[in-house]
Amino acid sequence: MVGWVLANSVGAPALTPSKEGLSSEPGSKHALPSLSMYSELPGSEISIEEFEQAALDRLRVLKGLDDLKAKGFRPDQVQDKVLSLVDQYLKAATRESTIRKDTVSHYVLRLAYCRTEELRRWFLAQECDLFRARFRALLPGEQRAFIEGNRLPFRPLTPAEFREVEDDLRATMLAVTGSLQQTNALFQGAAAPHEAFYRAPFEAVPDLVGSRRVYLRAGHAYVSRDQAVSLAVQPFRAALSKALVTTARRWSQVVGPSEAHRLAPIVESLSQRYLGPDYSDPEKRGVTGQVAASDIPRLAQESFPLCMQVMAQALHESHHLKHDGRMQLGLFLKGIGLPLEEAVRFWRAEMAATAPGEKFDKEFLYNVRHNYGKEGNRRDYTPYTCSKIIASVPGVGQVHGCPFRTFGPDALRSAISRLQVTPAKVDEACAKAKAGHFQLACAAVWEGKHGCSCETGINHPNQYFEESQKVLHGEQQPGGPGLSQSQGVSTANPAPAGASPLPASVQPHTKHARVA
Amino acid sequence: MGTQEMMKLYYGWIFPYRDFYKWLAYGNDSKLPQADAGFMQRREFCFTLDGDIFDLDGLQAAIKERCPSKLDIGPVYNINPARRAAYAGSGQTFTPVERELVFDIDLTDYDDVRTCGSGGHICNKCWPLMAVAIQILDAGLRRDFGFQHILYVYSGRRGVHAWVCDDRARCLSDEQRTAVANYFAVYRGQEGGLARLALGLEEHPAVTRAAAILEPVFVERLLPEQGLLSDDKRQEALLAYIPSERVRERARQRWAQGEAGDDVARWHALEEEVAKEQATLAKARDTRGAKALDRAMRSVVFAHAYPRLDLEVSKKMNHLLKAPFCVHPKTGKVCVPIDPERAHKFDPETVVTVGRLLDQLNKARGGVKGSDAGEEWRSTDLVPAIQTFRACFLDGLQGACRESLAARARESAAQPTLVW
Repeated sequence: MVGWVLANSVGAPALTPSKEGLSSEPGSKHALPSLSMYSELPGSEISIEEFEQAALDRLRVLKGLDDLKAKGFRPDQVQDKVLSLVDQYLKAATRESTIRKDTVSHYVLRLAYCRTEELRRWFLAQECDLFRARFRALLPGEQRAFIEGNRLPFRPLTPAEFREVEDDLRATMLAVTGSLQQTNALFQGAAAPHEAFYRAPFEAVPDLVGSRRVYLRAGHAYVSRDQAVSLAVQPFRAALSKALVTTARRWSQVVGPSEAHRLAPIVESLSQRYLGPDYSDPEKRGVTGQVAASDIPRLAQESFPLCMQVMAQALHESHHLKHDGRMQLGLFLKGIGLPLEEAVRFWRAEMAATAPGEKFDKEFLYNVRHNYGKEGNRRDYTPYTCSKIIASVPGVGQVHGCPFRTFGPDALRSAISRLQVTPAKVDEACAKAKAGHFQLACAAVWEGKHGCSCETGINHPNQYFEESQKVLHGEQQPGGPGLSQSQGVSTANPAPAGASPLPASVQPHTKHARVA
Repeated sequence: MGTQEMMKLYYGWIFPYRDFYKWLAYGNDSKLPQADAGFMQRREFCFTLDGDIFDLDGLQAAIKERCPSKLDIGPVYNINPARRAAYAGSGQTFTPVERELVFDIDLTDYDDVRTCGSGGHICNKCWPLMAVAIQILDAGLRRDFGFQHILYVYSGRRGVHAWVCDDRARCLSDEQRTAVANYFAVYRGQEGGLARLALGLEEHPAVTRAAAILEPVFVERLLPEQGLLSDDKRQEALLAYIPSERVRERARQRWAQGEAGDDVARWHALEEEVAKEQATLAKARDTRGAKALDRAMRSVVFAHAYPRLDLEVSKKMNHLLKAPFCVHPKTGKVCVPIDPERAHKFDPETVVTVGRLLDQLNKARGGVKGSDAGEEWRSTDLVPAIQTFRACFLDGLQGACRESLAARARESAAQPTLVW
């Protein structure tokens, strides 16, 4: 166990904390136990495992939320999806432990995402959208309790104030909702109609002012309870934005020297963390030995993502690949189930023209064995994730990295076209790549190749490969157990139930429509 | 005498430095302990990046020395703009900390709805567009946003600037400035010959109020003076807003028969046809159709008369804007304040020019220059302009500044001090 080293020095926002979490009343659709301004640090001891696990779970929610937006959903459309992500990842056994997990994970990610302007902006955007979704899910009474509990500078109207502005309020709400029914509901529904409105300084709700969706009088904005989320999210954003900057400045004080070597690596890796399945140990997943060196050309045609295809082709044509490329491709091949002996055979054959016989043994054999953890510090290296590949920048004469990022528009278009992808998807992929959405571009290529939609998105080249094989050969092959069984990928020829998975090299290829 | 020569004399003798400085110091020129002595120093003037302006004399000297053809005012920064290089790398970033909320309306943005001229043209026929813009802006800024200290200035050529100077307005963030500007943005450009208007299906109270201000100006001034229904082309352009072929056709017939004489009578004829059609629709219980006609008539008024703001000027704290009382280099006209209550009475064609002011100064002084530099305007036609500046703006602002400094002093007196 480690003490909660973050102490109160992490710039806590000026807002007075709410001691009372809001209990969710029965009947609210998602059992969300609480919503917090995160103005108070979790107080007790925390294990390093909990520290990391909570942060990773929250990251899954935030990344999922970001993915939804990247897919073009509007904030109001993602509401339910976001809430179910929260249910899935942030819920713990009890109400108390859920609140704790929410708070702990938020603070850990603050540390991880405070360090650069870009990280801060991303984190702030996702946290605000998450806050919005969760606030919207509260009942009006809960929202009001939250606003009062956190002492936000807004209060419901008094009856006298209400009478004074009632007519203009009604006209405004009619203009905003466009519905007489909805307007009447606001004014008649509540026992005390004045309590359906808050008064706030107009500066607090710029989004409502800018779109003329609020009544203004003498500098006050009259905000209906349906719009209260705008009231709450502004102070949340302001406090978090400020806290992130303060935290960044105090990072070294926050993690004391005694803790630095334990916490810093975790925190620093979080912001680049890959959250998909673990492809590091093919043996555990039972795929080792399923792929032979001789299968690689065929598998490359069938199921390699563009980055790996480009490298396999370059290797085949020039009989050479620079070190970074050998790492990226070699580890990927390990991840799809190529055992060490087969890997040695593959690389030896491909490089025979430039590194015959002993030259290969001297210069490259070590490198191949090293990838499999048989040399050096014997670490079993992990196949690279998309984010790692996208981040690497190939130099002159190098072909690793993500082609969606590194290729020029024309080169990219012709490279994708060679994969026999439908023209519409070629366009889509090029447009996505141009807009900087490299993984979405890759997913578009996947979809264009397989003729079905890519539900999971592409986060890892090995995932691209396995999803592809699943579609082409059915669930059982060669992905092995433990991988997204719930995906329900439709295949023409699912392997017969109970049939033991055959190695790819001897599997009868029943569905090769797209294989040249 | 060349314009440059005249400018030199104007900034040397007539420019009302004292009033100008009193405004921009916001009370910080007082002896009150809460006054911020470095306040003026941190203000950006567009020609002063290499000079210090920290008091009245400095301002006067700087302007006289450089004799600018244009004088723009920027924000107050956290550090003196002239010294910003010295702070580079100190960890203190150079950022604007306060700035008047400003608006810019320019007649060139109305070229599709004015017939008297275009581009840099301005006359008494298109001035009502500017006057009504001031009315709308003033009503919204005062009643909706609660601002009180607003200065309207003729921009020297074909437009109007507004400076909102309340404490609260000066410290708005860029996001909040954008929100205020968008609140006023009903006119959103042109599309297929029609104005794109953000009116909404039902009206916001601010839109209703704007309609009440616009309608009489449209009917009494713009229709006849701009001749908006005086030929076929203009008539068709206006009828394009009406969503009923039957109404359009009947209006065309009545106008063609010459039954309706002038533009105003033609408009009333159209109104009658709309009302008739609405009665028919009401009988058929087509309330939606009747409403659409109401909206169309309102759209015509908004498209021709609603203020078309240059939003970009208002959105950012660090946008420069031409200072009041400077001289427009092309027209020689002085950027004089406008009384918002009398905006329609303002005559852009007779605005005082730098040449006339110099003549008057010469006559008054008999060619001999007095010693009271900076107050020489007293013997010229700039007097009413400065009276307007004081009465409509500066007097109230100074009272408020004194009040807010005194309040700050009381506040800090109530705080326990840390210095023993």
